[in-house]
Amino acid sequence: MRIANTEVSETPLVLYALRRADDALILGHRLSEWCGHAPMLEEDMALSNIALDLIGQARELYTYAAKAEGNGNDEDKLAYLRDVRQYRNLLLVEQPNGDFAQTLVRQFFYSAFADLYWRAMMTSRDTTLAAIAAKSEKESAYHLRHASEWIIRLGDGTEESHRRVQASIDHLWAFTGEMFAVDDGERALIHAGIAIDPGALRGRWLTTLSDVVSEATLVLPQNDWMQQGGRSGRHSEHLGHLLSELQSMQRTFPGLTW
Amino acid sequence: MVLESDAELRRRAWDAAASVVDPEIPVLTIADLGVLRDVVLAGDHVEVAITPTYSGCPAMNMIALEIEVALERAGFHRPKIRTVLSPAWTTDWMSEEGREKLRAYGIAPPQASSSRRALFGEQVVACPQCGSEQTELLSEFGSTSCKALWRCKACREPFDYFKCH
Repeated sequence: MRIANTEVSETPLVLYALRRADDALILGHRLSEWCGHAPMLEEDMALSNIALDLIGQARELYTYAAKAEGNGNDEDKLAYLRDVRQYRNLLLVEQPNGDFAQTLVRQFFYSAFADLYWRAMMTSRDTTLAAIAAKSEKESAYHLRHASEWIIRLGDGTEESHRRVQASIDHLWAFTGEMFAVDDGERALIHAGIAIDPGALRGRWLTTLSDVVSEATLVLPQNDWMQQGGRSGRHSEHLGHLLSELQSMQRTFPGLTW
Repeated sequence: MVLESDAELRRRAWDAAASVVDPEIPVLTIADLGVLRDVVLAGDHVEVAITPTYSGCPAMNMIALEIEVALERAGFHRPKIRTVLSPAWTTDWMSEEGREKLRAYGIAPPQASSSRRALFGEQVVACPQCGSEQTELLSEFGSTSCKALWRCKACREPFDYFKCH
Protein backbone atom coordinates (compact mmCIF):
# COMPACT_ATOMS: atom_id res chain seq x y z
CA MET A 1 0.00 0.00 0.00
CA ARG A 2 1.26 3.44 -0.92
CA ILE A 3 1.18 5.96 1.89
CA ALA A 4 0.35 9.48 0.84
CA ASN A 5 2.62 12.28 1.99
CA THR A 6 1.14 14.93 4.23
CA GLU A 7 0.03 17.97 2.23
CA VAL A 8 0.98 21.20 3.97
CA SER A 9 -0.32 24.68 3.12
CA GLU A 10 2.84 26.61 3.75
CA THR A 11 1.72 30.08 4.71
CA PRO A 12 4.67 32.22 5.86
CA LEU A 13 3.90 31.50 9.55
CA VAL A 14 3.44 27.74 9.02
CA LEU A 15 6.65 27.59 7.00
CA TYR A 16 8.50 29.59 9.63
CA ALA A 17 7.54 27.20 12.44
CA LEU A 18 8.12 24.17 10.22
CA ARG A 19 11.68 25.24 9.35
CA ARG A 20 12.64 25.57 13.03
CA ALA A 21 10.84 22.33 13.91
CA ASP A 22 12.69 20.47 11.13
CA ASP A 23 16.06 21.85 12.35
CA ALA A 24 15.38 20.55 15.85
CA LEU A 25 14.02 17.16 14.77
CA ILE A 26 16.78 16.36 12.27
CA LEU A 27 19.60 17.45 14.58
CA GLY A 28 17.96 15.59 17.47
CA HIS A 29 17.72 12.45 15.34
CA ARG A 30 21.35 12.75 14.28
CA LEU A 31 22.45 13.02 17.93
CA SER A 32 20.28 10.06 18.90
CA GLU A 33 22.35 7.96 16.49
CA TRP A 34 25.16 8.22 19.06
CA CYS A 35 23.07 6.51 21.74
CA GLY A 36 25.08 3.47 22.82
CA HIS A 37 28.08 4.44 20.66
CA ALA A 38 29.59 7.54 22.31
CA PRO A 39 33.24 7.40 23.45
CA MET A 40 32.26 7.33 27.14
CA LEU A 41 29.15 6.87 29.27
CA GLU A 42 28.86 10.56 30.25
CA GLU A 43 28.91 11.55 26.59
CA ASP A 44 26.37 8.93 25.68
CA MET A 45 24.05 10.50 28.25
CA ALA A 46 24.92 14.05 27.21
CA LEU A 47 24.27 13.53 23.50
CA SER A 48 21.05 11.60 24.21
CA ASN A 49 19.88 14.33 26.59
CA ILE A 50 20.56 17.04 24.02
CA ALA A 51 18.73 14.95 21.42
CA LEU A 52 15.76 14.70 23.78
CA ASP A 53 15.69 18.48 24.31
CA LEU A 54 15.74 19.08 20.56
CA ILE A 55 13.03 16.53 19.82
CA GLY A 56 10.93 18.13 22.57
CA GLN A 57 11.39 21.54 20.95
CA ALA A 58 10.47 20.01 17.58
CA ARG A 59 7.23 18.57 19.00
CA GLU A 60 6.10 21.94 20.32
CA LEU A 61 6.98 23.67 17.05
CA TYR A 62 5.22 21.03 14.91
CA THR A 63 2.13 21.22 17.09
CA TYR A 64 2.16 24.98 16.65
CA ALA A 65 2.71 24.74 12.87
CA ALA A 66 -0.22 22.32 12.58
CA LYS A 67 -2.45 24.61 14.61
CA ALA A 68 -1.42 27.66 12.58
CA GLU A 69 -2.16 25.72 9.38
CA GLY A 70 -5.56 24.56 10.63
CA ASN A 71 -5.98 21.66 8.18
CA GLY A 72 -6.12 18.83 10.69
CA ASN A 73 -2.42 17.94 10.54
CA ASP A 74 -0.56 17.15 13.74
CA GLU A 75 3.02 16.72 14.93
CA ASP A 76 3.16 13.08 13.83
CA LYS A 77 1.85 13.70 10.32
CA LEU A 78 4.34 16.52 9.87
CA ALA A 79 7.31 14.55 11.16
CA TYR A 80 6.58 11.10 9.79
CA LEU A 81 4.74 11.65 6.52
CA ARG A 82 6.56 14.41 4.68
CA ASP A 83 9.13 13.43 2.09
CA VAL A 84 12.66 14.80 1.65
CA ARG A 85 11.69 17.70 -0.62
CA GLN A 86 9.05 18.81 1.91
CA TYR A 87 11.60 19.08 4.72
CA ARG A 88 12.77 22.65 5.41
CA ASN A 89 15.74 22.19 7.75
CA LEU A 90 19.21 23.70 7.41
CA LEU A 91 21.70 21.60 5.45
CA LEU A 92 24.03 21.84 8.45
CA VAL A 93 21.87 19.71 10.76
CA GLU A 94 21.42 16.81 8.31
CA GLN A 95 25.16 16.35 7.75
CA PRO A 96 26.32 12.93 8.98
CA ASN A 97 27.80 12.54 12.45
CA GLY A 98 31.23 11.64 11.06
CA ASP A 99 33.64 11.27 13.96
CA PHE A 100 33.05 12.71 17.44
CA ALA A 101 34.82 15.94 16.41
CA GLN A 102 32.51 16.49 13.44
CA THR A 103 29.41 15.91 15.59
CA LEU A 104 30.65 18.42 18.15
CA VAL A 105 31.59 21.06 15.56
CA ARG A 106 28.14 20.75 13.95
CA GLN A 107 26.59 21.09 17.42
CA PHE A 108 28.81 24.04 18.27
CA PHE A 109 27.92 25.99 15.10
CA TYR A 110 24.21 25.31 15.61
CA SER A 111 24.04 25.85 19.39
CA ALA A 112 25.97 29.12 19.22
CA PHE A 113 23.27 30.32 16.82
CA ALA A 114 20.30 28.72 18.64
CA ASP A 115 21.35 30.28 21.95
CA LEU A 116 21.21 33.79 20.45
CA TYR A 117 18.19 33.04 18.29
CA TRP A 118 15.91 31.72 21.04
CA ARG A 119 16.93 34.47 23.43
CA ALA A 120 15.93 37.05 20.80
CA MET A 121 12.68 35.18 20.05
CA MET A 122 11.54 35.55 23.66
CA THR A 123 10.35 39.03 22.63
CA SER A 124 8.23 37.70 19.72
CA ARG A 125 4.71 39.15 19.57
CA ASP A 126 3.51 35.59 19.04
CA THR A 127 2.97 34.32 22.59
CA THR A 128 3.40 30.62 21.69
CA LEU A 129 6.67 31.19 19.86
CA ALA A 130 7.86 33.40 22.73
CA ALA A 131 7.01 30.65 25.26
CA ILE A 132 8.78 27.96 23.20
CA ALA A 133 11.74 30.34 22.98
CA ALA A 134 11.84 30.87 26.76
CA LYS A 135 12.28 27.14 27.28
CA SER A 136 14.60 26.50 24.33
CA GLU A 137 16.86 29.38 25.28
CA LYS A 138 17.81 27.75 28.59
CA GLU A 139 18.37 24.38 26.95
CA SER A 140 20.49 25.90 24.15
CA ALA A 141 22.74 27.57 26.74
CA TYR A 142 23.58 24.12 28.19
CA HIS A 143 24.12 22.69 24.70
CA LEU A 144 26.46 25.52 23.75
CA ARG A 145 28.49 25.16 26.90
CA HIS A 146 28.85 21.42 26.41
CA ALA A 147 29.98 21.78 22.76
CA SER A 148 32.32 24.70 23.56
CA GLU A 149 34.10 22.76 26.28
CA TRP A 150 34.70 19.88 23.87
CA ILE A 151 35.95 22.14 21.06
CA ILE A 152 38.51 23.58 23.49
CA ARG A 153 39.50 20.20 24.91
CA LEU A 154 39.90 18.57 21.49
CA GLY A 155 41.44 21.58 19.73
CA ASP A 156 43.94 22.16 22.49
CA GLY A 157 44.44 18.41 22.96
CA THR A 158 46.61 16.05 20.97
CA GLU A 159 47.88 16.59 17.44
CA GLU A 160 45.33 14.07 16.22
CA SER A 161 42.32 15.61 18.01
CA HIS A 162 43.40 19.10 16.87
CA ARG A 163 43.67 17.95 13.25
CA ARG A 164 40.23 16.33 13.34
CA VAL A 165 38.39 19.34 14.82
CA GLN A 166 40.07 21.72 12.39
CA ALA A 167 39.13 19.46 9.46
CA SER A 168 35.49 19.42 10.66
CA ILE A 169 35.40 23.20 11.03
CA ASP A 170 36.74 23.59 7.48
CA HIS A 171 34.28 20.99 6.15
CA LEU A 172 31.11 22.30 7.84
CA TRP A 173 31.81 26.03 7.50
CA ALA A 174 30.03 26.37 4.13
CA PHE A 175 26.77 25.17 5.76
CA THR A 176 26.62 28.00 8.32
CA GLY A 177 25.52 30.84 6.00
CA GLU A 178 22.01 29.42 5.66
CA MET A 179 21.26 30.17 9.33
CA PHE A 180 21.33 33.90 8.58
CA ALA A 181 19.40 33.90 5.29
CA VAL A 182 15.90 35.40 5.12
CA ASP A 183 13.28 35.20 2.33
CA ASP A 184 10.34 37.53 1.60
CA GLY A 185 7.86 35.60 3.72
CA GLU A 186 10.17 35.74 6.73
CA ARG A 187 10.90 39.40 6.13
CA ALA A 188 7.18 40.14 6.52
CA LEU A 189 7.09 38.16 9.80
CA ILE A 190 10.14 40.05 11.06
CA HIS A 191 8.43 43.32 10.17
CA ALA A 192 5.34 42.21 12.13
CA GLY A 193 7.45 41.45 15.22
CA ILE A 194 6.65 37.71 15.07
CA ALA A 195 10.11 36.63 13.87
CA ILE A 196 13.50 38.18 14.48
CA ASP A 197 16.15 39.11 11.94
CA PRO A 198 18.83 36.39 12.12
CA GLY A 199 21.25 38.62 10.19
CA ALA A 200 21.43 40.86 13.26
CA LEU A 201 22.81 37.92 15.29
CA ARG A 202 25.73 37.13 12.99
CA GLY A 203 28.22 39.49 14.65
CA ARG A 204 27.64 38.02 18.12
CA TRP A 205 27.62 34.49 16.70
CA LEU A 206 31.05 35.11 15.17
CA THR A 207 32.33 36.54 18.46
CA THR A 208 31.24 33.40 20.35
CA LEU A 209 32.90 31.22 17.72
CA SER A 210 36.12 33.25 17.64
CA ASP A 211 36.49 33.23 21.44
CA VAL A 212 36.12 29.47 21.71
CA VAL A 213 38.06 28.62 18.57
CA SER A 214 41.04 30.77 19.51
CA GLU A 215 41.12 29.31 23.04
CA ALA A 216 41.14 25.92 21.31
CA THR A 217 44.17 27.01 19.19
CA LEU A 218 42.06 26.49 16.05
CA VAL A 219 41.18 28.89 13.23
CA LEU A 220 37.95 29.83 11.43
CA PRO A 221 38.03 29.60 7.63
CA GLN A 222 38.35 32.84 5.67
CA ASN A 223 36.31 31.41 2.84
CA ASP A 224 32.83 33.01 2.69
CA TRP A 225 31.18 30.95 -0.06
CA MET A 226 28.07 29.40 1.47
CA GLN A 227 25.94 26.43 0.46
CA GLN A 228 22.13 26.90 0.53
CA GLY A 229 18.98 24.95 -0.31
CA GLY A 230 17.62 23.24 2.81
CA ARG A 231 15.09 25.99 3.58
CA SER A 232 13.41 25.41 0.21
CA GLY A 233 13.67 21.61 0.24
CA ARG A 234 16.83 21.11 -1.82
CA HIS A 235 18.81 18.79 0.43
CA SER A 236 22.07 16.90 0.44
CA GLU A 237 21.97 13.17 -0.31
CA HIS A 238 22.05 12.40 3.41
CA LEU A 239 18.55 13.48 4.44
CA GLY A 240 16.66 10.78 2.52
CA HIS A 241 18.61 8.05 4.29
CA LEU A 242 17.98 9.67 7.66
CA LEU A 243 14.22 9.92 6.97
CA SER A 244 14.01 6.31 5.83
CA GLU A 245 15.05 5.33 9.34
CA LEU A 246 13.10 8.03 11.19
CA GLN A 247 9.88 7.31 9.28
CA SER A 248 10.11 3.56 8.76
CA MET A 249 7.50 2.61 11.40
CA GLN A 250 4.82 4.99 10.10
CA ARG A 251 5.56 4.11 6.49
CA THR A 252 5.31 0.38 7.24
CA PHE A 253 2.40 0.48 9.70
CA PRO A 254 0.38 3.60 8.84
CA GLY A 255 -1.32 5.20 11.84
CA LEU A 256 0.54 3.05 14.36
CA THR A 257 0.44 4.43 17.91
CA TRP A 258 2.33 3.33 21.00
CA MET B 1 -25.83 13.37 51.01
CA VAL B 2 -24.73 16.94 51.56
CA LEU B 3 -24.03 18.75 48.30
CA GLU B 4 -20.58 20.25 48.00
CA SER B 5 -20.21 23.87 47.07
CA ASP B 6 -18.26 24.73 43.89
CA ALA B 7 -15.34 25.91 46.02
CA GLU B 8 -15.30 22.59 47.91
CA LEU B 9 -15.54 20.60 44.68
CA ARG B 10 -12.71 22.58 43.11
CA ARG B 11 -10.60 22.10 46.25
CA ARG B 12 -11.19 18.37 46.07
CA ALA B 13 -10.28 18.27 42.36
CA TRP B 14 -7.15 20.34 43.05
CA ASP B 15 -6.13 18.03 45.92
CA ALA B 16 -6.60 14.97 43.71
CA ALA B 17 -4.51 16.45 40.88
CA ALA B 18 -1.92 17.77 43.34
CA SER B 19 -1.39 14.28 44.77
CA VAL B 20 0.21 13.11 41.51
CA VAL B 21 3.96 12.64 41.82
CA ASP B 22 6.78 12.95 39.32
CA PRO B 23 7.43 9.37 38.11
CA GLU B 24 11.22 9.93 38.15
CA ILE B 25 11.34 11.79 41.48
CA PRO B 26 8.46 10.29 43.47
CA VAL B 27 9.01 12.51 46.52
CA LEU B 28 7.87 15.56 44.55
CA THR B 29 4.24 16.20 43.68
CA ILE B 30 3.34 18.18 40.58
CA ALA B 31 2.23 20.95 42.94
CA ASP B 32 5.72 21.04 44.53
CA LEU B 33 7.23 21.22 41.04
CA GLY B 34 5.00 24.08 39.92
CA VAL B 35 3.73 21.94 37.01
CA LEU B 36 0.10 22.13 38.21
CA ARG B 37 -1.10 25.56 37.11
CA ASP B 38 -4.88 25.58 37.45
CA VAL B 39 -7.98 23.50 38.07
CA VAL B 40 -11.23 24.81 36.56
CA LEU B 41 -14.74 23.51 37.18
CA ALA B 42 -17.35 23.94 34.45
CA GLY B 43 -20.61 22.28 35.49
CA ASP B 44 -19.62 18.73 36.42
CA HIS B 45 -16.59 18.90 34.17
CA VAL B 46 -12.99 19.43 35.34
CA GLU B 47 -10.17 20.92 33.35
CA VAL B 48 -6.60 20.78 34.66
CA ALA B 49 -3.91 23.07 33.29
CA ILE B 50 -0.34 21.84 33.46
CA THR B 51 2.89 23.30 32.12
CA PRO B 52 5.72 21.22 30.64
CA THR B 53 9.11 21.33 32.37
CA TYR B 54 11.92 20.45 29.98
CA SER B 55 10.91 20.43 26.28
CA GLY B 56 11.69 16.75 25.85
CA CYS B 57 10.82 15.40 29.29
CA PRO B 58 9.06 12.04 28.76
CA ALA B 59 7.58 12.20 32.26
CA MET B 60 5.01 14.76 31.08
CA ASN B 61 2.92 12.15 29.21
CA MET B 62 2.96 9.94 32.28
CA ILE B 63 1.99 12.85 34.54
CA ALA B 64 -0.99 13.76 32.32
CA LEU B 65 -2.18 10.15 32.44
CA GLU B 66 -1.79 9.97 36.23
CA ILE B 67 -3.83 13.16 36.67
CA GLU B 68 -6.69 11.64 34.69
CA VAL B 69 -6.59 8.52 36.84
CA ALA B 70 -6.43 10.52 40.09
CA LEU B 71 -9.44 12.63 39.10
CA GLU B 72 -11.48 9.65 37.93
CA ARG B 73 -10.79 8.01 41.29
CA ALA B 74 -11.97 11.15 43.07
CA GLY B 75 -15.23 10.95 41.10
CA PHE B 76 -14.58 13.50 38.37
CA HIS B 77 -15.38 11.85 35.06
CA ARG B 78 -13.54 12.43 31.81
CA PRO B 79 -11.29 15.20 33.08
CA LYS B 80 -9.60 17.32 30.47
CA ILE B 81 -5.86 18.08 30.61
CA ARG B 82 -4.72 21.29 28.99
CA THR B 83 -1.05 22.12 28.37
CA VAL B 84 -0.11 25.74 28.95
CA LEU B 85 3.18 26.92 27.42
CA SER B 86 3.10 30.53 28.51
CA PRO B 87 4.56 31.66 30.85
CA ALA B 88 7.32 29.06 30.50
CA TRP B 89 8.05 26.87 33.53
CA THR B 90 11.16 27.63 35.53
CA THR B 91 12.77 25.88 38.49
CA ASP B 92 12.09 29.13 40.41
CA TRP B 93 8.49 27.87 40.68
CA MET B 94 9.52 24.90 42.80
CA SER B 95 8.17 25.34 46.32
CA GLU B 96 10.43 25.63 49.38
CA GLU B 97 8.86 22.44 50.66
CA GLY B 98 9.72 20.77 47.35
CA ARG B 99 13.35 21.87 47.62
CA GLU B 100 13.58 20.42 51.13
CA LYS B 101 12.04 17.11 50.00
CA LEU B 102 14.56 16.92 47.16
CA ARG B 103 17.49 17.49 49.51
CA ALA B 104 16.22 14.86 51.94
CA TYR B 105 15.86 12.45 48.98
CA GLY B 106 19.54 12.97 48.07
CA ILE B 107 19.15 15.38 45.13
CA ALA B 108 20.65 18.88 45.41
CA PRO B 109 17.82 21.36 44.70
CA PRO B 110 18.08 23.94 41.88
CA GLN B 111 19.60 27.30 42.68
CA ALA B 112 17.62 30.47 41.99
CA SER B 113 18.19 31.32 38.33
CA SER B 114 17.45 35.04 38.47
CA SER B 115 20.60 35.87 36.55
CA ARG B 116 21.63 34.12 33.36
CA ARG B 117 24.78 32.06 33.80
CA ALA B 118 27.92 32.98 31.94
CA LEU B 119 29.06 30.46 29.34
CA PHE B 120 31.75 29.06 31.59
CA GLY B 121 30.41 30.39 34.89
CA GLU B 122 31.44 28.67 38.12
CA GLN B 123 28.66 27.40 40.34
CA VAL B 124 28.67 26.14 43.90
CA VAL B 125 26.36 23.22 44.66
CA ALA B 126 26.23 21.91 48.22
CA CYS B 127 26.31 18.15 48.76
CA PRO B 128 22.81 16.94 49.78
CA GLN B 129 24.38 14.26 52.01
CA CYS B 130 26.93 16.13 54.13
CA GLY B 131 26.32 19.77 53.16
CA SER B 132 29.90 20.40 52.04
CA GLU B 133 30.46 22.89 49.24
CA GLN B 134 33.64 21.04 48.19
CA THR B 135 31.90 19.47 45.20
CA GLU B 136 32.64 19.03 41.51
CA LEU B 137 30.65 18.56 38.31
CA LEU B 138 31.08 15.12 36.73
CA SER B 139 28.62 15.49 33.86
CA GLU B 140 26.36 18.38 32.85
CA PHE B 141 23.81 15.80 31.68
CA GLY B 142 22.54 13.17 34.08
CA SER B 143 20.04 10.34 34.38
CA THR B 144 17.08 12.54 33.36
CA SER B 145 16.72 15.81 31.42
CA CYS B 146 16.49 17.82 34.62
CA LYS B 147 19.60 16.49 36.39
CA ALA B 148 23.38 16.86 36.29
CA LEU B 149 25.82 14.46 37.94
CA TRP B 150 28.06 15.81 40.71
CA ARG B 151 30.48 14.40 43.27
CA CYS B 152 31.24 15.52 46.80
CA LYS B 153 34.96 15.78 47.53
CA ALA B 154 34.37 15.75 51.30
CA CYS B 155 32.21 12.63 51.75
CA ARG B 156 33.13 11.14 48.32
CA GLU B 157 29.48 10.46 47.46
CA PRO B 158 28.25 11.09 43.92
CA PHE B 159 24.90 12.91 43.75
CA ASP B 160 22.32 14.33 41.34
CA TYR B 161 21.79 18.07 41.05
CA PHE B 162 18.42 19.34 39.79
CA LYS B 163 19.56 21.85 37.16
CA CYS B 164 18.32 25.42 36.95
CA HIS B 165 15.88 25.95 34.13
